[in-house]
Amino acid sequence: MNKCIERLYNGIIKENPTFVLMLGMCPTLATTTSAINGLGMGLTTTAVLVFSNLIISALRNIIPDRVRIPSYIVIVASLVTIVQLLLQAYLPSLNDALGIFIPLIVVNCIILGRAEAYAAKNGPLESAFDGIGMGLGFALALTCIGLVRELLGSGSAFGFAIIPEDYRISIFGLAPGAFFVLAGLTALQNKFKMPSATNVEGNGSVLACGGDCMHCSGSACMANHATLETRRLQAEEDALKAKQAALAAKQAAVAKEQSELSEKLNKNS
Amino acid sequence: MDAVKSLLLIIVGSALVNNIILSQFQGLCPFLGVSKKTDTAVGMGVAVIFVITLSSFVTSLIYKFVLVPLDVTYLQTIAFILVIAALVQFVEMFLKKSVPSLYQALGVFLPLITTNCAVLGAALTNVQSEYGVLESVFNGLGTAAGFTIAIVLLSSIRESIEDNDIPFTFKGSPIVLITSGLMAIAFMGFAGLI
Repeated sequence: MNKCIERLYNGIIKENPTFVLMLGMCPTLATTTSAINGLGMGLTTTAVLVFSNLIISALRNIIPDRVRIPSYIVIVASLVTIVQLLLQAYLPSLNDALGIFIPLIVVNCIILGRAEAYAAKNGPLESAFDGIGMGLGFALALTCIGLVRELLGSGSAFGFAIIPEDYRISIFGLAPGAFFVLAGLTALQNKFKMPSATNVEGNGSVLACGGDCMHCSGSACMANHATLETRRLQAEEDALKAKQAALAAKQAAVAKEQSELSEKLNKNS
Repeated sequence: MDAVKSLLLIIVGSALVNNIILSQFQGLCPFLGVSKKTDTAVGMGVAVIFVITLSSFVTSLIYKFVLVPLDVTYLQTIAFILVIAALVQFVEMFLKKSVPSLYQALGVFLPLITTNCAVLGAALTNVQSEYGVLESVFNGLGTAAGFTIAIVLLSSIRESIEDNDIPFTFKGSPIVLITSGLMAIAFMGFAGLI
C-alpha cells in the first residue's frame, strides 16, 4: 500500500509531468485558456493514463518486446476513442472546448512515456496508481496554468468574475499569452533553481522532450530523470565542497590564532 | 478558376492565418527542441513538409475509401496513427534504399516526426473540415509550410540572440518561449488576410 501512496506523491509533486519533467507541452499550452478547460483536459488525460497503464501492465508479459510500441499505441488509441465518444455523449461542452486535442492525447508523450518507463516493468496495481499520480499531477499543473491565464486574461476564476473589465489583459487568453505564461513559469523555476528539466544553468536549454513520442519510448522521461539526478548529485557535491572549504578556512584561522598566541607566549617568556 | 482560388485560400489559411504552431499549438516539441541551429531547423521543416503532405494524402484516401464505406469513422484516430507510423517507416526504408542523398539530409528527422501531434493533427483537421483528397493535400502542404516558416524564423532569431546578455532568470527556455510569444503576436496580424 505504501508503494501506491509513494507513486501518487511521485506523480503529483516529485516528478510532476508538467512542472518538473516538462512533457506534453502542446495540450499544456493549447487547452489552458481557462482553469476549467485545463482541469477537463487534465482529467481526460488522467482517465486514459490510468487505464493504459493498467492494461499495458497486465499485458506486459504477453506483448512481444519487438512490437511493444505499436501495441501500446493501439491500446492508447482505443482508450482515447472510448473517452472521446463518452465526452461527446455526456460532456459535449467540454468536448467542443478541447476539440482536436482529445484525439491528440494519443501522441501525448506522458502516456507512452509512462507505459514504457513504468507500466512495462511493474504490476497492474502500482501502474494504475502511477497513472493516477501522473494524471493528477498533469491536471493540477494545467489547472494552475489555466487559472493564471483566466485570471489575467478574462478576470475570472473558474468562471466567477473577479477583476473588473478595465483591468483585464486579454492577450493572456489568446495564443501568445500561453507562451508568455509558460515563459514566466520556467523563468521562476530558473530564478529559484527549482528541479526542472528546463532549468539549465546558463545557455543551451531545450525542452527536454524532442517530440519523438514513438521512438522516445520514455527515454525523454529517462533523460530528464538522469539530468535531474546528476543535477541533484552535483548540488550535493557542491554543498559538501563548500562545507569542506569553510571547515578548512576555520581550521586555518584557528591554527593562525594558535601560532600567534604561541608567539606571544614566547615573547612574554 | 474558382477551384484554384479555393485551394490557394486553403494554403494561405493553414500556413499563415491558422499557423499550426503559433496559433494551433501542435508540434511544439520539435519547434522548441530542434530550433537551435538554422540548418537543422530547415532540415526538420523540409522533412515535415514531406511527411505531412504525404500523410494527408494517404489518410484522406483511407478515410474516403475505407472508413466511410465501412461506416467506421469513429475508428479514425486509431487508423490514422497506425497509417502514419507505418507510412513514415516505409518512407524511411524507401529513401535509405533508393535516394541515399535525400535520406542523409532528412533521415535523422523522419523518426522524430512519426507520431508528432502536428502530423496526426493535420490528418484530423482534414476530416473535421470535410476536405476532399485534393484539398487535404493542399491543406497538409500549407500546414507544413507554416511549420517550416515558424521553425526557421525562430531558429534564426535564436542564433542571433545567442550572444546577447540575457538576465540569468530568462536564460534557456524562458527567452525562447517569450520569443515564440512575440512571434505569435506577429502572426495574429495575419488574421485579417482571409
